[in-house]
Amino acid sequence: MTQSVVVQVGQCGNQVGCRFWDLALREHAHVNKKGIYDEALSSFFQNVDPRRSDGAGGGAPGSRISALRARAVLVDMEEGVLSEVLQGPLRQLFSSTQLISDVSGSGNNWAVGHHSYGGVYGEQIVEQVRRAAEHCDCLQCFFIIHSMGGGTGSGLGTRVLKLLEDEFPDVCRLVTAVYPSAEDDVITSPYNSVLAMRELTEHADCVLPVENQSLVDIVSKIQHMAHSGKPGSVIKKDCTIISGQGGVSRTEKPFDAMNNIVANLLLNITSSARFEGSLNVDLNEIAMNLVPFPRLHYLVSSLTPLYTLADVNIPTRRLDQMFTDAFSKDHQLMRADPKHSLYLACALMLRGNVQLSDLRRNIERLRPALSFVQWNNEGWKTGLCSVPPVGHSHSLLALANNTCVKSSFTELRERFVKIYRKKAHLHHYLGVDGMEVGGFNEALSSLSTLIDEYSQLDSTRTAPTQDPPRLNIAT
Amino acid sequence: MSVVTVQLGQCGNQVGPELLSTLCDDSGGAGRGPYSELSRERFFWEDSRGMLVARSVLVDMEPKVISQAVAKASKSGKWRYWEKAHFCQKQGSGNNWANGYCVHGPRHEEAVEDLVRREVERCDRLSGIFAVMSVAGGTGSGVGTFITQCLRDVYPNSFIVNHLTWPYGTGEVIVQNYNSVLTLSRLYQLSDALVVHENDTVHKICSRLMNIKHISVDDINKVIAHQLGSMLQPAYTADSPTHYSRNPIGELLSSLVCHPEYKLLSLCNIPQMSQTSLAYSTYTWPGLLKHLRQMLIANARMEEGIDWKVSVLPSGGERAQTRRMGFNRSLSNLLILRGKDVSSADAGAFKDPALYVSWVPPDDTFSSWTSPVPFNGYEKSATLVSNSQFLLKPLDNIVRKAWNMFVSRAYVHQYTKFGISEEDFLDSFSMLEQIISSYTHL
Ligand SMILES: Nc1nc2c(ncn2[C@@H]2O[C@H](COP(=O)(O)OP(=O)(O)OP(=O)(O)O)[C@@H](O)[C@H]2O)c(=O)[nH]1
Ligand SMILES: Nc1nc2c(ncn2[C@@H]2O[C@H](COP(=O)(O)OP(=O)(O)O)[C@@H](O)[C@H]2O)c(=O)[nH]1
Ligand SMILES: [Mg+2]
Repeated sequence: MTQSVVVQVGQCGNQVGCRFWDLALREHAHVNKKGIYDEALSSFFQNVDPRRSDGAGGGAPGSRISALRARAVLVDMEEGVLSEVLQGPLRQLFSSTQLISDVSGSGNNWAVGHHSYGGVYGEQIVEQVRRAAEHCDCLQCFFIIHSMGGGTGSGLGTRVLKLLEDEFPDVCRLVTAVYPSAEDDVITSPYNSVLAMRELTEHADCVLPVENQSLVDIVSKIQHMAHSGKPGSVIKKDCTIISGQGGVSRTEKPFDAMNNIVANLLLNITSSARFEGSLNVDLNEIAMNLVPFPRLHYLVSSLTPLYTLADVNIPTRRLDQMFTDAFSKDHQLMRADPKHSLYLACALMLRGNVQLSDLRRNIERLRPALSFVQWNNEGWKTGLCSVPPVGHSHSLLALANNTCVKSSFTELRERFVKIYRKKAHLHHYLGVDGMEVGGFNEALSSLSTLIDEYSQLDSTRTAPTQDPPRLNIAT
Repeated sequence: MSVVTVQLGQCGNQVGPELLSTLCDDSGGAGRGPYSELSRERFFWEDSRGMLVARSVLVDMEPKVISQAVAKASKSGKWRYWEKAHFCQKQGSGNNWANGYCVHGPRHEEAVEDLVRREVERCDRLSGIFAVMSVAGGTGSGVGTFITQCLRDVYPNSFIVNHLTWPYGTGEVIVQNYNSVLTLSRLYQLSDALVVHENDTVHKICSRLMNIKHISVDDINKVIAHQLGSMLQPAYTADSPTHYSRNPIGELLSSLVCHPEYKLLSLCNIPQMSQTSLAYSTYTWPGLLKHLRQMLIANARMEEGIDWKVSVLPSGGERAQTRRMGFNRSLSNLLILRGKDVSSADAGAFKDPALYVSWVPPDDTFSSWTSPVPFNGYEKSATLVSNSQFLLKPLDNIVRKAWNMFVSRAYVHQYTKFGISEEDFLDSFSMLEQIISSYTHL
């Protein structure tokens, strides 16, 4: 079994990260009732002797759980969120050395996070990651979580990404990036996002973009349905997708419902690496299957079920509905339109009571409505993990590498250009040591190139498809 | 004589135990005398408490599947894996053939060879090595190819047969066609025969013949195990018509692979049905054989939906016409009949020279094996192992799709990263185009 280390940076990164830890504990507690530190737990948690400070001594997989410690490094340049963590219900998961913070924050300035704090804290953060890595016997993946719109997560988070690439070139870097909505309070969020995008394009293996607007839409739809109480669309009060019930944390904070959705995405993407199944999907298979060209590694994710809680015995029609839903806009964590764009590749990761025939039937059913790139007409990656999420009998996570992301990126570019043309707030950035105007232009052109690459592929959608001539051999 | 099975990757380690269970159960019936003894000696040894232990080596680059396989066998109470017969690592090959072949394979060559050697040494006489794997992933395909190559070096005079599971055509690993092309092109030079099951075909059998509503991976594997079991269990052959032949792998190869250019074998069988229908059905040998023959010539891999209009066309006839008619020409066939009154069955219709390519001597085209012992719960059962154009179309699809992708160079960087160059791809492609051409021109 392999292990992963989570690096959560900035306010958003830490708030999402903590929801992940809470729900991961809940999921493992649900599956593992005997209190044994099993292989599944070991992928994200260490078993430690709480009396020792070196994070060891708790026993290898197979022994009793002594105390669990998250394989995580928490970074924020403001004290607030991390000190809440230290006083909150999850505090036992982290030792104080795993937390790295400063007092003044990055002021929503990418340059401050990336250059100033990056210079000061970069090495220390990598050192903490190195320690976490030493406790793994086979480190497979870094999960880096941060927002794009602020200063610390987007600036320092992407700095750490690059440092990890240098230090651990063989360990997969999977970034969960929370994109600001158009009405975001952070005025400089377009700068921060575009500057961060260039780093993600160059240094990440895979990026899971999550748009706050989509999360808001999903949460409000769930809440609306819960209150309207229409028969047939009953939402249980403890709808596991947005509620943290059963977790360690009791009180719910403003972003919690939204962040729980992102946490579920992470639980589902890692489920097959943690639990057994008849078609396993290890974490290193994700980039291998979904990234045809190194830069084009942005994946649109959709989660089902989101709105209805299924019964234990689902008739086939309901199960098929789950597959249909995974291809509808209101189950996506990004507002884009994959159905009217081009699929480069698509993964269907199933959990729970789903059989091979359900998977094949639905692929055949859905395929005609989707366009796939000419050279990957059967571009499906499939997985079956036998352990369902808590409270469900089955679930589906779809990950699509689809040219539709270009519309979100184009929108972001427009917002960037709008303020950049006026040179608004530019001096805050240029005053930071290491930041130059060139950095803005390069980030902009990196984004434009990315958009062009997706557009070019997208334009083949309507072109007549013809197989290239086969290799000739002398017979 | 004994067979050592080597299970590689998730698929190998799920199909393998299913096959061994089938063999063990089938040899367990009362009053089966030498059949049972021979079958057991072939695939198992006995520990000090009389428990059957599989002559198997389990290899995967991740631990989950192997521990399930080991647990499942122990739970059966009838047989088990030897506790030291497995090798696993922590991290799979990530569906990357190059990672399996260039990194994991060489790194663990010695450990795996040791395990195989121990099993081989345990056999009084080795009939051959049977390696079970898929072609679509990274471990079975990549490590499997590498290990086959090592075993070929270590056992230059032993038979090595690979059992390959081909992926669903509608896609289940995105780079499945790359991995398949790289595997097949190399194994073709190393292995004595490639026995192929396509998941698509087996899936159809499960749904149409077995009437299974929710088909699981286990269901698929049971059908594969049934067909393989019927090929591997003891039988009388032409050379030994009164006692069971002792060398299953050797006999198989001498019956079917008479030319190194042609070594793709596929299986079909009849009848195949759910346990409940089985209880209400009776069959006659002439009826079964008539269907099976039409399945062969009409390229139908199961009993349902056979095209009865297809008829045999003489060899050397107009090729385009042959293809249009959907006639499936063979190089050689092996018919295996098991069950009641088997001596009364007449296999004459399979000897028709028109079924075969003209340049193979008639004596080398057709063989039949029989056994009076009913197989795996079927009163009568007929299995055809065929070296014919059965696999031409699926192979052509794999190569076509892989080539389409290769022309755009998509995903190639994932392979060059581990040392597989574009030239390596091109070599594999031309190798497979050659095989396609050979089978096309049968
Ligand atoms: N018939 C059948 N096919 C299987 C089974 N398990 C996996 N497969 C097929 O095998 C292919 C995937 O290869 P795996 O065997 O899972 O991969 P692996 O060899 O473990 O390699 P990596 O996981 O990439 O390291 C797909 O085509 C699956 O459908 C099985 O039990 N039965
Ligand atoms: N989904 C989500 N978004 C958040 C959360 N906290 C902040 N954000 C978003 O993150 C951006 C601000 O970045 P933030 O993480 O606060 O800044 P940083 O601490 O400097 O990285 C804005 O777009 C916020 O809407 C959170 O907990 N969940
Ligand atoms: Mg595997």
